[in-house]
Amino acid sequence: MLEIKDLHAAIGDREILKGISLSVATGEVHAIMGPNGSGKSTLAQVLAGHPGYEVTRGSATYDGEDLLALPPEERAQKGLFLAFQYPVEIPGVTNAYFLRAAFNEIRKSRGQDEIDPMDFRDLVEERLRLVDMDPDMLSRAVNAGFSGGEKKRNEILQMAVLGPRLAILDETDSGLDIDALRVVAHGVNSLRRPDNATIVVTHYQRLLNYIVPDQVHVLAAGRIVRSGGKDLALELEAKGYDWLVDAAPASAPAGVAGAGV
Amino acid sequence: MTVQSYVDAYSAFTRDHGRNPAWLLPVRRAAIERFRERGFPTTHDEDWHFTSVAPIAGAEFAPMAGGGDVDLADLDALSFGQTGWTQLVFVNGRYTPELSSAGTLPRGVEVRSLAAALRDDVPLVRERLGSLAALGHDAFVALNTALFVDGAFVHIPANAIVEYPIHLLFVTDAGAASGVSHPRNLIVTGRNAQATIVESYAAVGDPVYFTNPVTEVAVAENAHITHLRMQRESERAFHVGTTQAHQARHSRYTSFSFATGGALSRMNIYTALAEPGAEVTLNGLYMADGSQHLDHQTRIEHIAPNCTSHEVYKGVLDGAAHAVFNGKVYVHPEAQKTDGKQTNNNLLLSPDAHVDTKPQLEIFADDVKCTHGATVGQLDEVALFYLRSRGLALEEAKTLLTYAFAADVVQRIDDLTVRAGLEALARERFVGPMPASVG
Repeated sequence: MLEIKDLHAAIGDREILKGISLSVATGEVHAIMGPNGSGKSTLAQVLAGHPGYEVTRGSATYDGEDLLALPPEERAQKGLFLAFQYPVEIPGVTNAYFLRAAFNEIRKSRGQDEIDPMDFRDLVEERLRLVDMDPDMLSRAVNAGFSGGEKKRNEILQMAVLGPRLAILDETDSGLDIDALRVVAHGVNSLRRPDNATIVVTHYQRLLNYIVPDQVHVLAAGRIVRSGGKDLALELEAKGYDWLVDAAPASAPAGVAGAGV
Repeated sequence: MTVQSYVDAYSAFTRDHGRNPAWLLPVRRAAIERFRERGFPTTHDEDWHFTSVAPIAGAEFAPMAGGGDVDLADLDALSFGQTGWTQLVFVNGRYTPELSSAGTLPRGVEVRSLAAALRDDVPLVRERLGSLAALGHDAFVALNTALFVDGAFVHIPANAIVEYPIHLLFVTDAGAASGVSHPRNLIVTGRNAQATIVESYAAVGDPVYFTNPVTEVAVAENAHITHLRMQRESERAFHVGTTQAHQARHSRYTSFSFATGGALSRMNIYTALAEPGAEVTLNGLYMADGSQHLDHQTRIEHIAPNCTSHEVYKGVLDGAAHAVFNGKVYVHPEAQKTDGKQTNNNLLLSPDAHVDTKPQLEIFADDVKCTHGATVGQLDEVALFYLRSRGLALEEAKTLLTYAFAADVVQRIDDLTVRAGLEALARERFVGPMPASVG
């Protein structure tokens, strides 16, 4: 489904991704782990089309199509979804409006009619239960005044409503207490289907107790330095990142911390 | 040159309006004297630093004759589509009963033409008219006082609670091109009175004209007046308007200024917190494009202790539009325990749009809490990416964020009908109609 080859990306003069290659098939869950500053979030944002990053080399194809040539909205319309590490507050726009606008844009791009508002209401209310959110949130402005946990749950709600083929969760676990983590993981697991795929970007192994990956990749200094099965995450939990980062060809950035919970 | 033409107009006017009560004539005469001495302000005048009124001062505007070709269908777009409201319609400066409608009002509430109230020499008008707007302060207020023909007189007596908004709608039509009107409104309340008053200025067609209104609002003890001012003049028109409120003990005055029209416009919104415990909210939204020039000056005078003021003004500017926001807060030496907060945020959609924002705090008391802040910015790139990552095209994302920026302040309006009406206007200003319930 997703084929990334030798991907290099920079912000201004600073190269952050230095040759990432990764292949994700339908039905799979991949975890991308790594210390702060390794490029995990950059990879997630580049795949979603963040205009601040420039791809300097390499390719990413999605269902055989050149993903990097598409503007962000077309990537979303084709089923790619990024759960933001820092969801954006949009005062003045309600969640209800935002969800329906996004849902209908995706339908329109597929030549379908807009959904009946009552049918949509039913869909959203069912999805709200999945992430254990109060329907009152629909009349509140998008993420405005939300707690950190509410914002992360709102990302999963959007994902649940939009039903992406490829979901990328960027540090969705950071800042969540254990109950919220379970709710988020339950939401993600419930949405798994044989024809979709998930990339979980995380600093900590903790989330992977709940969302079990097929493959784990460790990023350091813009490169994948190790790939393995789910046991690799446990090994990182026990040993930290240093043993992998030190072995990496490029020097690790300052402030690299070992993994801990 | 044209100062003289207004003085000449005054001479003709006093011959024609001999039916004004005798007490008014010296007031008018003093006002035209003041205007003749001082003339129009220039950009050397601190209050007019960013706004040149040369296009007004240099043009010849003839007094509007009244009449006009406006029918009920023209008013649909200018009203809020509601029944139950009392709506006074003024065409080319004069009350037009056949276009006006009377809603249900509590006993004792008066909503009528000021010209008629003057003919009847209503005592309250004699007591209050001209008592609030400082005649010497502003050339345009002086001009209005000298030359006003009509406007609204609203009296909400003690303990009256008016359920539906009262709409004062001033419409200018193409027949009044090159004309000037000086609408004068007087709003007087009794203790504990409550009402919402909407004051609208609009045009049918796209004529060039000059509107110079003055509105005085006396908010009595424990009364609550919500006052929305809608400036939707023709984009070729000139508009200089002054609202002066005066607040008694524990009164609340909630003002919202919505301004999108006019080639050159200036809105003065002034209030005096004269007795302890009074509270004022001055909010506003201005939206301009093309070569429009749109200027707000607000002034909050904290005269008495323990008064509160809140102010949020937002602006959205496109094209080569120029906006000015000057928010003055004066805290007098006696006004201890003043709580004041002022914010002005501007969104520039084009590199040629321009805003001058000048929050101004002058504090002469030592135990007060006052803050102010102003921002000028573009659409948030991160928020744009967020919306696009959910499937919204770039243009739609921009539209939605622009609307959201404006809606934030509109959503502070309590009356749901007025709020919905303003939300629709804010959406349509730049982007054409959008589906309801965005906010």
